[in-house]
Amino acid sequence: MTVLVNDLKVIVFQLLNKEYAVPVQNVQSIEKVMHITRVPGVPSHVKGVVNLRGVVTPIIDLRTRFGIEAGSFDEHTRIIIVTLDGREVGLIVDSANDVLDIPETSIEPQPNVVGSIEADFISGVAKIDRRLLILLQLDKVLENVS
Amino acid sequence: MEMSQYLEVFIEESKDHLQNCNTQLLELEKNPEDLGIVNEIFRSAHTLKGMSATMGYEDLANLTHNLENVLDGIRNEKLTVSTNMMDVLFAAVDDLEEMITSIAGGGDGKKNVESTISRLAAIEKGEVLTEDNTANAVAVKSEVSYDQFEQTVLHQSLEQGYQAYELTVALRDDCLLKAARVYMVFEVLEKVAEVVKSSPTVDQLEEENFDQHFTVTIVTKEDAAFVEKSVLKVSEVEQAVATKLDLAGFQAEAEAAVTILEVDVPSADAEIKLSNQPAVEKDIPKNQVANKTIRVNIDRLAVLMNLFEELVIDRGRLEQISKELNHGELNETVERMSRISGDLQSIILTMRMVPVETVFNRFPRMIRQLARDLNKQINLEISGQDTELDRTVIDEIGDPLVHLLRNAIDHGIESPAERAAKGKPETGTIDLRAYHSGNHVFIEIQDDGAGISKEKVLDKALSKGIVTEEQVQTMTDSQIYELIMASGFSTAETISDISGRGVGLDVVKTTIESLGGTITIHSTPGEGSIFSVQLPLTLSIISVMLTEIENEKFAIPLSSIIETAIVKNEEILHAHNQRVIDFRGKVVPLVFLNEVFDVNKEAEEDIHSVIIVRKGEKLAGLVVDSFIGQQEVVLKTLGDYLGDIFAISGATILGDGQVALIVDCNALIQ
Repeated sequence: MTVLVNDLKVIVFQLLNKEYAVPVQNVQSIEKVMHITRVPGVPSHVKGVVNLRGVVTPIIDLRTRFGIEAGSFDEHTRIIIVTLDGREVGLIVDSANDVLDIPETSIEPQPNVVGSIEADFISGVAKIDRRLLILLQLDKVLENVS
Repeated sequence: MEMSQYLEVFIEESKDHLQNCNTQLLELEKNPEDLGIVNEIFRSAHTLKGMSATMGYEDLANLTHNLENVLDGIRNEKLTVSTNMMDVLFAAVDDLEEMITSIAGGGDGKKNVESTISRLAAIEKGEVLTEDNTANAVAVKSEVSYDQFEQTVLHQSLEQGYQAYELTVALRDDCLLKAARVYMVFEVLEKVAEVVKSSPTVDQLEEENFDQHFTVTIVTKEDAAFVEKSVLKVSEVEQAVATKLDLAGFQAEAEAAVTILEVDVPSADAEIKLSNQPAVEKDIPKNQVANKTIRVNIDRLAVLMNLFEELVIDRGRLEQISKELNHGELNETVERMSRISGDLQSIILTMRMVPVETVFNRFPRMIRQLARDLNKQINLEISGQDTELDRTVIDEIGDPLVHLLRNAIDHGIESPAERAAKGKPETGTIDLRAYHSGNHVFIEIQDDGAGISKEKVLDKALSKGIVTEEQVQTMTDSQIYELIMASGFSTAETISDISGRGVGLDVVKTTIESLGGTITIHSTPGEGSIFSVQLPLTLSIISVMLTEIENEKFAIPLSSIIETAIVKNEEILHAHNQRVIDFRGKVVPLVFLNEVFDVNKEAEEDIHSVIIVRKGEKLAGLVVDSFIGQQEVVLKTLGDYLGDIFAISGATILGDGQVALIVDCNALIQ
């Protein structure tokens, strides 16, 4: 039997043409796009709020958050509901369809050269087979608006 | 063992037990002879001790243990209830409360309680008793109870020039042969005095069936000091205190009133009481069984509520579908489901309701202390404790009520002398009552004190610039009284130790208004005042007017709305760069919600739907596209991720599952 203690189970999602990953224990559920109620006077990356089984949940557009051009929603668009420190927030992503185990050894710190906004939100990268996964630093992504 | 999961239960239960202690102690003070009450307190203290020891809170367990000892003393009739003793007992409960609060706040529940413990220990040994016993008849009354025969003996010996003493002897903790020491003490006593009675009885003493101390009643011609000294010569006796028995007062009282006779000659009665007690005690647990409860975290209830709302939304859809399909069996099933879910909904809503008793319970104790501090005599009458309010309201309402009560005692009720001079009974009465009326709960605090002086209020309000002379002309009496709640009204003049504290009645008013309630004042000079607080039954459900701007829906709380109006473009006037309308002779500024909330508006309309809202005396007209209608909605927060958003106080979920934002009218009116 192999001991998988050091493996990191992640949910993989796509944004533009890159693949990102969030730890599975932070993910509450993955939802299809539902009606989003706009909230006035909040930063542009906060799309608004949705009714998530009776709980009013704020929704962040990750593209806008990362400074990538905003796209329109299609049938692949998903909302990943993540929780961090008791806060529940939805992230809009292009698609989400994979669960992976990442061996700890394959995780590397993020390369130092990137100058894009998203670099601030990355805790590292992992190479698995031929795929490059960008590990999200959730606490940075979910930094309070106010 | 993982303790944290039990911590919550521990804190909740401890609070319950402390509340019980407080209530019962107050009862005990009124009925010092009722051992049933002592038993009740003892039970609570004992449970508390056990729980805190298990949880590892040693200071807490230690203090409770000492408290228990004193209660045990009272229970076994070794100690007598006195005012001083009550003070110490109350202080001990206060300390306990402080420790529990500290634990609840994440602290370690440690507190230096040495002084309280030593005072308790002193009482337990009977020391405090001797200190104040000269003056306090209560203390002498029934340290040991005497039957008719013993009384006669005591009286006769008194007539023959003997003195009667109650001698409390304490043996050293390390005393090995207690019975032997008791025997020696008795031998010494027999040389100098006659032993009339001992408590515990001689039999029990011989069987060593007592703690470290016992009390004997003696008659002697020697003085107290001599007797004490003689007894102290017996080795391993730590302490001997002789207290003069006030038999003369005893009898005078006994003859004066039957009620006192019952107290003073308890032995016959005591037996009846004792035999009655088990019956009484049995009754209590029975009641508790009838009221079985389970503690549920309020968050879980909220989750239940959320899920249920989803169910209701689906129910709506099902109803719609069944109507369209018009299928008999389906219709029937959906109808049944609707009915059941309706019942479910009302049950879930009432689950959050808590009787105001939980708030009122702490007042008698507070009033007792305040009355003592201020040297006033106050009788607090509470009614309607079982009136139910939403838990969220209950949590908030305590402090404002405390403030109003303090105010009534400090400023309302006069001192006993003043009251006597006015021909009122020396004891002032405060009525605290709660009752349901419509969709509201009323809580009223009525005192029979001096009332509010209109002139004084007006003088102060004018000098502070809160009102102008012209305004005064048109003000009604209750409007004038309400000035005392205006911010900036409280002055150094009115501040005392009790109601000063830097918080004025304006804070009370704000808190109550933030709960969606109102407060009104009625007062009759010389006869007292009534502060009446009106509260909504629950905070979680509010009535709103649902409105639409383009495709976005906004809910405006009905409590702020005065009325709705349709305004044509040409009726809009411009004043100071602001659009206003003439509303019944008043100039009301317009707030275009689409501008405030950045709604993309496609075309300007020439007819506007306006909702007139108010904040205090100020009005504003909120402009929307159209009204959808009035609805009861469940209030939800936007969560702490979004934080405070201007002019939005929360959100709600509509029948179609969408979220609508609730407009905070107060933020829109400057």
